[in-house]
Amino acid sequence: MSNFEIVTREDYSDVTYMLEIRHPVMAKAAKAGQFVIVMEHEHGERIPLTLADFDPDEGTITLVIQAVGKTTREMQQRCQAGTTLFAVVGPMGIPSHIGGRKKVLCVGGGLGVAPVYPQARAWARSGARVIGVLGFRNKGVMFWEDKFRAVCDELIVCTDDGSAGIKGLVTRGMEEAMAKHADIDEALAIGPPIMMKACAAVTKPKNIHTVVSLNPVMVDGTGMCGGCRVKLLDGVKFACVDGPDFDAHMVDFDDLMSRLARFKPSEQAAMKKWEDDCRMVGAPGAERF
Amino acid sequence: MAKKKTIRTIPQERTPMPEQDAKERARNFKEVACGYTLENALREAERCLMCADEPCVRGCPVSIDIPHFIQKIAEKHYHGAYDVITDTNLLPAVCGRVCPQENQCEGVCTVGDTLEPVAIGRLERFIGDMAIKEGWVNLPHIEPSGFRVGIVGSGPAGMACAADMAKAGCEVVVYEAFHEPGGVLKYGIPDFRLPNDVINVEIDKLKQLGVRFECNTLVGRLFTIEQMLTEMGYHAVFLGTGAGYPSFMGIPGESLNGVSSANELLTRCNLMRGRDFPNFDTPIQPGRRVAVIGAGNTAMDALRVSLRLGAEKVYCVYRRGKAEAPARAEEIHHAGEEGVEFHWLTSPVEVLGDAKSNVRGMRCQKMELGEPDSSGRRRPVPVPGSEFEFECDSVVYAIGTNANPILGQTSKLKLNKWGYIGADGNLATSIAGVWAGGDIVTGAATVIEAMGAGRRAARAMKAWLGLRDTDVVYAPEAPHAGRRFGFAPDEHGYARVRVV
Repeated sequence: MSNFEIVTREDYSDVTYMLEIRHPVMAKAAKAGQFVIVMEHEHGERIPLTLADFDPDEGTITLVIQAVGKTTREMQQRCQAGTTLFAVVGPMGIPSHIGGRKKVLCVGGGLGVAPVYPQARAWARSGARVIGVLGFRNKGVMFWEDKFRAVCDELIVCTDDGSAGIKGLVTRGMEEAMAKHADIDEALAIGPPIMMKACAAVTKPKNIHTVVSLNPVMVDGTGMCGGCRVKLLDGVKFACVDGPDFDAHMVDFDDLMSRLARFKPSEQAAMKKWEDDCRMVGAPGAERF
Repeated sequence: MAKKKTIRTIPQERTPMPEQDAKERARNFKEVACGYTLENALREAERCLMCADEPCVRGCPVSIDIPHFIQKIAEKHYHGAYDVITDTNLLPAVCGRVCPQENQCEGVCTVGDTLEPVAIGRLERFIGDMAIKEGWVNLPHIEPSGFRVGIVGSGPAGMACAADMAKAGCEVVVYEAFHEPGGVLKYGIPDFRLPNDVINVEIDKLKQLGVRFECNTLVGRLFTIEQMLTEMGYHAVFLGTGAGYPSFMGIPGESLNGVSSANELLTRCNLMRGRDFPNFDTPIQPGRRVAVIGAGNTAMDALRVSLRLGAEKVYCVYRRGKAEAPARAEEIHHAGEEGVEFHWLTSPVEVLGDAKSNVRGMRCQKMELGEPDSSGRRRPVPVPGSEFEFECDSVVYAIGTNANPILGQTSKLKLNKWGYIGADGNLATSIAGVWAGGDIVTGAATVIEAMGAGRRAARAMKAWLGLRDTDVVYAPEAPHAGRRFGFAPDEHGYARVRVV
């Protein structure tokens, strides 16, 4: 399998974009909580991205990507409907454990909102009541509110500046939900590590079983390289084959954050070279940087 | 008729392999061993006694008819030598380079009892390389059998199994999770030991046999083994996924930035071409002072890759002695020549970090050898009060791997107590119609052992499918190359022309 066609592209902000990719076999196999590894072109790096949606009827999978590094910015420029990606492999990782709960709190922050969606939907289908908490910087960069409303029994939107929903971080939304519902028996949080760490701290005193989805630096995504190892209270695990879901109260988030910065100098070098190359060839879009 | 050779009449010294100068090669990724010239090969072929006992054939995991192919070289009938090798071994250019011959064919060579053994591996590589240069392909005549065979993993085990099943007329599809086929040959073994071009030629040969490669396919997750046997219509499945899941020691400091597994370093450098960063997008943390823990072939690769990535100092840290090191003698020798410093009988205690969570050094302790352990090697025991620290900014673990869990997670396959796939003597697994071989059954081993397992499984699969395991029949010669002139062209050393 190679050359995976991008069917749809949508932009949610100046840095966030959605790609819908044709992959009928994966669309059928995928389950909530799994991820894929993408290579944009033959010389590209392999980046792990958690599935934001999959549609077995349409035969497509959906990724929501934030342009932060060289690869994701290059993809933002080049990936349009009708173009192809060199490699897409997945679904990877152990699917989220869904079921056996009555009331589930699904928390997504920023880009993390997207991968929460399949899990929120799966929880709803399992018969649980789902309370969604979504956090964005401001109203302008919000996305998928309607998709969440369709699967959540209750939805709390938080923005940093208060331009939509309540003003504050997702932890405020969580506290609000937990004050109203004493019977929440499962929580799920996806977002930047610092946010997931804060969410874990909110649910810890109430002893609510909390799951986070981790997305450390990976190469193969099949357990072979060990680059994605995560420190837990009871040992070291590989996010690619032992995760990506882990018990939030067991994760050493500081270790995770430090390991995510592992290639920072190289990433900066790659970015600089790419920007220089863009300027040199006057590539379209170069002026944006 | 030539006079019978004796140990006294053959060239006494083993023909040395032309090599790139150690200082120069330690900074480039070009192949270290340049390969025998024609003269080298002819001289070395003279050293084989053609002894009746043929211990080398028994020493070879795939039982190549070694004396026969060496004789063909001595007769300057190189294509004939290639025919002999390809009867049993699909990948002479690969195996000639990476087999641990000293423990196999060369280890039991009769000449080796008195002198240095015949350089069988170098001769095999000579023929393999000549075949690539000359474009020789021994395509057998294939009669379609109507069976479909799915192979999981495109490394040496999968490739060997694919070749045999394709020759038996099966429609073979090989699934690979990476974006390129080749498995450990591509991601693990560096170019200076096994150039990717050589692997690509061998993969192309498989494609010419009709084998189809499906990359970007993670079996177990995209579809299960059970699905392969049912809805996907495979009559037999072979699992050769490799071991995966690198081991760490569990000492403090292992999650510091600058600590990685050898698999990660090698994959970034070799398959992802991180050595050409930023022209390729995959970064590598280049260490200035690199410590590699372990002394197997993977450790030697990691050490030598680190040198080529520009490290000033590269240390090999191993808790046993040089005699116990599992790497091929040649690899240790090459690494030493290139400037690797060996710290035998040294065991890491802690990886030391700075305030920014970067590696700044390692604390080790000296070891001494005690009583033999279950592996028969003398067990290293710490020397009290021998702890010391040294400076390094990168630590690479090359101490082996554990079983990859994906197939166990996604199927009903029975695993053994270490998590590897359980298989019987014929490599059949607990699921009817599914065989497994290579590292995923035995744990980390060698390329040729994996290939041997792939072939062993293929034999069992053929028996199970009711296919007769006959001798290889090559495709018919083009008419003009036939016996029109009353002789077979190969008898006279003519180049064969195959039209398939």
